[in-house]
Amino acid sequence: MKIMVAIKRVVDYAVKIRIKSDKTGVETTNVKMSMNPFCEIALEEALRMKESGVASEVIAVSMGPTQCVDTLRTGLAMGADRAIHVDAPSTLYPLTVAKLLKALVQVEKPGLLILGKQAIDDDCNQTGQMVAGLLNWPQGTFASKVVVDKEKKAATVDREVDGGLETLCLDLPAVITTDLRLNQPRYATLPNIMKAKSKPIKKMSLAELNVDLRSDLEVVQVTAPPVRKAGVILSSVDELVDKLKNEAHVI
Amino acid sequence: MFKPTSLTYLIAHSRRRSIASCRHLGTLVIAEHEGGSLTASSLSSIEAAGKLLSKDSSLSLLLAGAGPTLQEAAAKAASCHPSVSQVLVADSDKFKNPLAEPWAKLVHLVQQKGEYSHIIAASNSFGKNILPRAAALLDVSPITDVIDISESNTFVRPIYAGNALSTIRYTGSDPCMLTVRSTSFPVGSTSADSKTNPVPIHQVDLSTFSEDWNSRHVKQTTQDSERPDLGSARVVITGGRALKSAENFKLIEKLAEKLGAAVGATRAAVDAGYVPNDLQVGQTGKIVAPELYMAFGVSGAIQHIAGMRDSKVIVAVNKDADAPIFQVADYGLVGDLFEIIPELLEKLPEKK
Repeated sequence: MKIMVAIKRVVDYAVKIRIKSDKTGVETTNVKMSMNPFCEIALEEALRMKESGVASEVIAVSMGPTQCVDTLRTGLAMGADRAIHVDAPSTLYPLTVAKLLKALVQVEKPGLLILGKQAIDDDCNQTGQMVAGLLNWPQGTFASKVVVDKEKKAATVDREVDGGLETLCLDLPAVITTDLRLNQPRYATLPNIMKAKSKPIKKMSLAELNVDLRSDLEVVQVTAPPVRKAGVILSSVDELVDKLKNEAHVI
Repeated sequence: MFKPTSLTYLIAHSRRRSIASCRHLGTLVIAEHEGGSLTASSLSSIEAAGKLLSKDSSLSLLLAGAGPTLQEAAAKAASCHPSVSQVLVADSDKFKNPLAEPWAKLVHLVQQKGEYSHIIAASNSFGKNILPRAAALLDVSPITDVIDISESNTFVRPIYAGNALSTIRYTGSDPCMLTVRSTSFPVGSTSADSKTNPVPIHQVDLSTFSEDWNSRHVKQTTQDSERPDLGSARVVITGGRALKSAENFKLIEKLAEKLGAAVGATRAAVDAGYVPNDLQVGQTGKIVAPELYMAFGVSGAIQHIAGMRDSKVIVAVNKDADAPIFQVADYGLVGDLFEIIPELLEKLPEKK
C-alpha cells in the first residue's frame, strides 16, 4: 500500500507575524518558513507505518510556489520515498487544494491519504474533510492514534473530540488528519539530508491535473486584532483579591 | 388553463430567476442535541444565524439522531428562539453517532430540497468534522471559525493563531457555509424566553438515503467532570508546565472548585500527562472567552494566547517576570504558584 502525505510550507510557528501596511495580508518575504507542524506529524505517522511493514511507499506532495520544493526536500530527508510538487500560486484555498489532491490520488492510487488537521497560517481545518468528501472516502479527523489492519484493509482511529476521545473504524482507502498528540516527529539526520538530495521530486502543472483555480472567496482585508490595554503587576495576593472583587467585579 | 408542461416550465423558470436575481434567503443551522436539549454551542450558532436574517428570510434548524431524545430536543428547538421558522428532523440509527459520512450526505440532501443561502454549524469538533465535507459535496468553499458577520456575504475570522483578523467575502453560489466561534456569539436574553407558539417540525424524507457506509463508530470515551463546560464557563483556571505533576495539578482543581470554574491546561501540561487533552486551551485546543481567566505557571506561547485572548479579565501568576503571558494579563503576580495558590484558596470568597 502506498501512503500519500500532503504537506504545506507555512510561516514558522515561532515567528511573530507582521501585517502588511496595505492590509492585503501577512508579510512572508524574509520570514522564516517551515513545514506546517501538523504536516510533520502526518509524515511521521506515514513513515512509521512504512517501518512497521503496513505501507510500501510514502509519497509527499505539496502545492504552491517553487519554494515548496525546500519543504518537500525536508520531507524526503525525514524519510519519504519521493515527492510531487504541484506548481501553483501561493494563495490556494482548501477547496482547490482538495481538488488537486483528489487528482493526485487518482494518478497515484494510494491506500491512505494523511494530512495535518489544520495549517497554522490560515487555521482553516478543512482540506482533509473536503478531499475525503470529493473522493467519497471515509475520514478520521483529529487522530491521536491510528492502527492499520493490513488483512482487513481497515484503520482504527482514535479521534480527539470535545469532551474526550472517539474511536472509529474506517475501511481503506481513507483520509486521516493528524492531531498534535499522534506522535513526535523525528529530526532529519545529516546523512538522510544528503540522501534526500538524490530522491525524485516530480513537478506537475495545474493544467496536467485539470483543476480550475477560480475561487469563490476573496480577502477584503487583513488587520491586527484589537490590542489589550496594558495590565498591572501586583505585589500581593491580598491586592489581587481586592482588585478582582472591587475593580474588575469578577468574583 | 395551464398545461402541465407549461406549469413545469414556469416553475423551473421562476426558480432559475430567483437564484439569479433575488437570492432565496433561508438559513439552515446544523444543530446538536444532548439529553433532549440543544447544546449551548448550537444556541450560539442560532444567534449568529440571526445576524443574517432580514424581514423576508427564514431560519431552519436541522437536527439528526435517533429515538426519543431527538424528538424531545426537536420539540424544545421548535420554541427555542423567536427567529426559528421550522425544525427539520432526521431520525435514523445512521445518525446515532456523529459520523461525517452520513451527516455530510444529509446536509447535501437537505440543501437540494431547501436551497438555503447559508448553512451554519458551530466551530467545534462536530462542526469542523462535517461541514467542510458537506461543502465539498456541494462544491463550495466553507469559512471556518467566523467571529463576526458584517454582511450576508462578508465575514471576519482569525488567522495565524489569532494574530491577524481576515475579512473574507464569499462570492460563490449558494449555499455560503460557515462554522461560527461560539464565544463570539453569546446567547442573548431574547432567546431565553421560549416562544408560546412552537414552529412546525418536519421529518426529513430519508428514503433515498444510502444504507452502507465505509466507516463505523467503535466507542466513545468521555471525561466525566462535575465542573462547568470549559467552552462556556464564566471562570477558567488554567495550569501549565510549572505545576510539575498531575498530583500538583489538584491545586488548580481545588481553586476551580472554590470559584465554580472550569479547568484548562496548556499543551505542555497535557503532553506531560497532568490532565486529559480535551482540557487544552489554545490554537489547536479549545477557544475560551470567560469573564475571568487565571493562568498559573503558563508562559504564554502564541499558540496558547490564541485560545484565551478574548477573555474579559486575565490574571497571570508566574515566577518569571519576563513571561509573555504578562503582556496580555490585566493583573499579574510574580511569584511561586505553590505559595500563591494556597494563599488564594484561603483568601478568596466562597462562590456565590
